[in-house]
Amino acid sequence: MTSTTAIATARPAARTPRLRILPGIGITGQIAFWTVIAVALLAAIGPMFVQVDPNAVDLEYAYYPPSPWYPLGADASGRDILSRLIVGSRTALLGPLAVVTMATFLGTLLGLVAVWFGGWVDATIVRVIDAIFAFPGILVAILATALFGPGLLAATIALAIAYTPYIARIVRSAALRERNLPYISALQVQGRHGFAISARHILPNVSGLIVANATLCFGLALIDLAALSFIGFGVQPPTADWGAMVGGGMSGILQGEPGEALAASLLIVITVAAVNTLGDRLVQRSENRA
Amino acid sequence: MTALLTVEDLTVDLKVGDEMRTVLKQVSFSVGEGQTVGLVGESGSGKSMTVRAVSRLLPEGAAVTGSVRFGDRDVLDLRGDALRRYRASDVAMVFQDARAHTNPVRRIGDFLTEAMILNGKTGRRQAEATAVELLEAVGVHDAERRMRQYPHELSGGLLQRVMIAASVAARPRLILADEPTTALDVTTQAEVMAILKRMQQEYGMAMLFITHDLELAGSICDETVVLYAGEVVEQQRSAQLHRDPLHPYTAALVQARPDIHRRSERLLSVPGHPTTAYEAPAGCAFAPRCRFAQDRCRAEKPALEALDAAGLSRCLRADELRGALLAPVEAAADPVPATGLAAGPADEEATR
Repeated sequence: MTSTTAIATARPAARTPRLRILPGIGITGQIAFWTVIAVALLAAIGPMFVQVDPNAVDLEYAYYPPSPWYPLGADASGRDILSRLIVGSRTALLGPLAVVTMATFLGTLLGLVAVWFGGWVDATIVRVIDAIFAFPGILVAILATALFGPGLLAATIALAIAYTPYIARIVRSAALRERNLPYISALQVQGRHGFAISARHILPNVSGLIVANATLCFGLALIDLAALSFIGFGVQPPTADWGAMVGGGMSGILQGEPGEALAASLLIVITVAAVNTLGDRLVQRSENRA
Repeated sequence: MTALLTVEDLTVDLKVGDEMRTVLKQVSFSVGEGQTVGLVGESGSGKSMTVRAVSRLLPEGAAVTGSVRFGDRDVLDLRGDALRRYRASDVAMVFQDARAHTNPVRRIGDFLTEAMILNGKTGRRQAEATAVELLEAVGVHDAERRMRQYPHELSGGLLQRVMIAASVAARPRLILADEPTTALDVTTQAEVMAILKRMQQEYGMAMLFITHDLELAGSICDETVVLYAGEVVEQQRSAQLHRDPLHPYTAALVQARPDIHRRSERLLSVPGHPTTAYEAPAGCAFAPRCRFAQDRCRAEKPALEALDAAGLSRCLRADELRGALLAPVEAAADPVPATGLAAGPADEEATR
């Protein structure tokens, strides 16, 4: 199994060496990787090229078909769909990024602490993680928006907490394996502090797996946040956001104008598919190396 | 000579599944300042566990009684910062498998300098210079280049030298060497041993040296402690160990080593198989394998007793057997003929 993948990935490596920034993730992984880069660039520099105010309402141009002025047409309020997609990519991607950053930080911390101290500390952390794990992320996020009012902030924090167990579990199991290796006792017997060993030796040696799983969580968080915006608990109008655009475009579908909802959904699907594929490949890669 | 390390009545039980298994039974010995003490025994005799108790590396759930004293401190009571200080500056450990005991993704230089830099006493440059000096002191040529290499780029012997360099870096007062040369080939073994011994003398460190090589223990240790089934069975000056063993087990080990001046069809071995502490019989633990064993050996537990000034022996017949332990094996009545001493068709059948 491992050897066949190794052969499959080794061949294109020889043919296209210049494209290989990340070796060992296969051709599909490469496509996913570059798609993610493209989407990230869209969010990073895309809005600089947007000439039209994405929030400018002009009801005369409602559902205006694609044309040189409106490359992808206009929505129900006559707003330019393309500029809304480009500007909306920032909210659509920054939300999950914040979720994943917080969840990864918290999860890594919990996982490493659990492994280093072991005993009752480990047992407590595992129980808490299991308890949080029992709640679906989206449910926690809806609960948070119900308590603190709709908006991206409450939903992001709630999702970050909901995703922490994913990362914490993976970090814990990988770090546990690492901690039981003899070189860790060698460091211990040199009188190193547990924090130094965890941060300087265990963490770097499990970081590949952490990054890979954080990538997977990014895709899931993007869907959750888009879904929240879709049902109206996340990003609030008139701010442009992919999830919110799918929701806003719903009425258009009924009127035979599916452009807005379709375009926004397509971007969500492409991004999530690319991110998940990349994450999958990264997990495989770090497992092959371990 | 003042005692630097004193181990007294050290008993260790390890948790295996749901039961506690004894691996060490009331082990006592001491290591004086600058002294080298050898800890000899077969696999499972408890020698590694003894060192792990001294370095406080016993696995979780281990039950330890007795005492380990370093100077005036009780090692088993050390916690937090005190434990870290003890490990960082008082004892150092050299492991059997250097490769497994180094982080494979860190360069040799990082491995050597990390502790110095983290302790905050030296800057990176100073630490690197010190590390290069240390590497040169343990006979690593081209030290500057080695500093930038990863553990997998170094041979076993070279890596073990790096380990020795790392362990003496903090100028500890005691080195715990857990079979430091077992994983190396014979020529490298001799070199590494010489380096370890030289570093020890240069820095005036004491050493607790674990080995299953009686010969090696005899040549580098001042005092040798022989462990069998988690108990000390003999302790005496290493120089005497080969000529005048005090315990039948030691005698059997001495006789088992090949002698270049003697021709023999088959190398002698100690009959039977090694016993661990928890499965040891009621009487003397060595009785089932002992060619001098009598009925009372199987019934009565011998105590570790002093034999005049020579040393200690845990044998009921130690006094009467003194000097006769090395009698040729062929002449003695063999209690268990089919377990390795006598070659025959039955034996070959058994090993097949």
